Amino acid sequence: MENIKIAIRDFNLHFGSKHVLKNINIEFPANKIVALIGPSGCGKSTLLRSLNRMHDLSPDARLEGDILLEDLHLLHPRTDVVAIRRKVGMVFQRPNPFPKSIYENVAYGLRLTGTHNEADIRARVESCLQQSYIWEETKDELQKSALQLSGGQQQRLCIARAIAVEPEVILLDEPCSALDPISTAKIEDLLLELKNRYTIVIVTHNMQQAQRVADFTAFMYLGEVIEYGPTDQIFNHPQQMLTRNYVEGHFG
Amino acid sequence: MTKQQFTKIVGIQLLLLCTLLTLSFLGIILFDLFSKGYSALSWDFLSTAPSKGMTQGGILPAVAGTALVTLVATLFALPFGVACAIYLNEYARDHWFTRLLRASIRNLAGVPSIIYGLFGLALFVEALHIGASILASGLTLALLTLPYIITTTEEALHNVPNAYREAALALGATKWESIKTVVLPGAMPGILTGTILALSRAAGETAPILFTGVAFYTRYLPGSLLDEFMALPYHLYILSTQHQSLEQVRPLAYATAVVLLGMVLLLNLSAIMLRIRYRNLWKTSK
Amino acid sequence: MMNRRTFWDRFYHRLFAFAAGLCVLVLLGIFGMLLLNGFRFFESVSLWSFLGSSNWNPSAWGKATYGMGAMLWSTLLVSLGAMVLAVPLGIGTAAYLSEVAPGWVRDWIKPAIELLAAVPSVVVGFIGIVVIAPIISRIFGLSNGLNALNGSILLAVMALPTIISVAEEAIRSVPNTYKEGAYALGANSWTTLMTVTLPACTSGLIAATMLGMGRVIGETMTVLMATGNANAMPHGFFDPVRTITATVAIEMGEVPYGTTHFYGLYALGAVLFLITLIINLLAESIAAKFRKQGR
Repeated sequence: MENIKIAIRDFNLHFGSKHVLKNINIEFPANKIVALIGPSGCGKSTLLRSLNRMHDLSPDARLEGDILLEDLHLLHPRTDVVAIRRKVGMVFQRPNPFPKSIYENVAYGLRLTGTHNEADIRARVESCLQQSYIWEETKDELQKSALQLSGGQQQRLCIARAIAVEPEVILLDEPCSALDPISTAKIEDLLLELKNRYTIVIVTHNMQQAQRVADFTAFMYLGEVIEYGPTDQIFNHPQQMLTRNYVEGHFG
Repeated sequence: MTKQQFTKIVGIQLLLLCTLLTLSFLGIILFDLFSKGYSALSWDFLSTAPSKGMTQGGILPAVAGTALVTLVATLFALPFGVACAIYLNEYARDHWFTRLLRASIRNLAGVPSIIYGLFGLALFVEALHIGASILASGLTLALLTLPYIITTTEEALHNVPNAYREAALALGATKWESIKTVVLPGAMPGILTGTILALSRAAGETAPILFTGVAFYTRYLPGSLLDEFMALPYHLYILSTQHQSLEQVRPLAYATAVVLLGMVLLLNLSAIMLRIRYRNLWKTSK
Repeated sequence: MMNRRTFWDRFYHRLFAFAAGLCVLVLLGIFGMLLLNGFRFFESVSLWSFLGSSNWNPSAWGKATYGMGAMLWSTLLVSLGAMVLAVPLGIGTAAYLSEVAPGWVRDWIKPAIELLAAVPSVVVGFIGIVVIAPIISRIFGLSNGLNALNGSILLAVMALPTIISVAEEAIRSVPNTYKEGAYALGANSWTTLMTVTLPACTSGLIAATMLGMGRVIGETMTVLMATGNANAMPHGFFDPVRTITATVAIEMGEVPYGTTHFYGLYALGAVLFLITLIINLLAESIAAKFRKQGR
């Protein structure tokens, strides 16, 4: 694989006494989309949330091993978690725009870092909304509350919000599971466009979606990565029995 | 009709009777006070000081005193209470200190108000040498309202969905930034409701200010926070039990009661309306 | 840039923890203050004569006496009287609200009960003087209606909102499956309430009663104004009484700082504090149980 963006080495995660992720060794290439698939409870969302240290919020999570973002050790206690999260953006399962205006949602991350020039912010908001294919729908009502948008629009707004801080990686945790097929298609188009600029990791339970958007796919089961390779290989020529059973729909 | 059906109907009526009886107390209080206090109520009554040994004149110093002491109490209790609540809901993990803190708050809420008065006397008036004053009374009332503010604020913070905290953190906000920009604004209606209720509680209390600064009669409006002051609840107590001609000042007592109750009920009604208005705040996003 | 943000992040974390610590200190401070001043009192008066005697006469010339028996009994008499009135009424109202009333009725009644809770105690005391006292003296042919009964009625009104809200929560915590079981056996709503629902939440109803008790036992202004203030052992509900709280309220204004009498009032406060603390702790531990069960 060329140009590794994220490398996970001997990674283990425990919640209290539960061993949730076991000996994960996997690499994500830059400017590609990687899909994490597997039955519910296999640990795919947990792995995703490890990449921007979201588990810092759970007091009983214990992370061991190494996750490298290029040469930055993500799990090292001295590594600034705030800096990590600016490099690794995240879009959640359910759209969660802030109860603020559309404009302020996108501007949120910029204001945090002290960008105070309103013209700069405005330009950035516009470009992010355009990149997220939602500019046309919202350009005349940027001051409207984001909560008044439809679910699909909210999710695209959340993507715009995430890319506004110029991350290097975008994590998406089943971003379409709460959306209708038309909104889903729009988001998938958007992802294919965005991968030119960002490295994308997406958790999905929708195997068609993985096949449509992902360059590489990892199949996880019971906290382990069972098989990882080009999407075409995972779905059409799986090497492992478990993978074949899963992609053919025998369980999960 | 069978015997069973009969007891059921009687039983349900009995429950309704209980409810009506409970409500009738509120009705009696409101009706008696407003019907008899209404006539003595006037702009003059609100805007002048008592005169002629409190047999005439108004209640301006008492209104001003109550307003001031309530304000002082809120100024101290609100930031302190909100900070405690933020610690409990956003930072604290379950260990001995948190449990001690929660137990303290629960028990502080149950401490009789006169005990706060004793504490205020010992700490603020005597030990800190503030003297009997608006400041000492205000601080005492601040302690009294503190548990209310903490409890309601914590609930308001708790109602802000976690998704917002995660979204802010994922955008590179520090914990404090996520609290300041997302969590606190989201909890604001709830905090406001709790604060108004605490205000109304502080305004109506008598026992905590009894030994910490309230005065029988002051001729002038308070000039500084270290002055003694008149307060509406204490004034009502004086007019209804301690005055030398109780029957003569009864109309004044009624009018004072109406003003005090009216103030407290207005605060409570506005809190209730606020709560109804923002009840569904998180419904769409949860 | 990043350093400044991290600095503020840590600063606020510590600030909040500090505020929380101060909060614990307040409770410990109240407790310590009562204890300290109470101890000073017991340097000159024995605990036994304090608790065992009913003669409270601190200003007696020559030999002052400090017995809290009459006050303690008065406090209990008035509070228990209040509970006798408020508990059936409160549980009845709670049962009506949770089991009978349609939603819109509840939406109106609950704020009304909140308003009842918000009425300042001095206003309730005033009502005791101008409304309840004349009624009592007329019905029972007494010359004066300011007595223990008057106090009990008023305190019942003040305890009702607490009892209703906790009892309603307790009744709601009874799983629907219990009630369905009773309905399936042909019981009607009244029989179900009396034989299944209320027995199933007894502990919650006890907690409601105790929290109501904790609320009224420390009430000051109402009893100060409406119970007649006679510093003697009461023989029944028609006697005027003077409670612990009323004594503190009346006498604290007149005693010189630092005298035995002064510390005696703190000792009274300490007794009151302990009583309410024990009641509230018991009630909370019972309530915690039914809350867990309801989930």
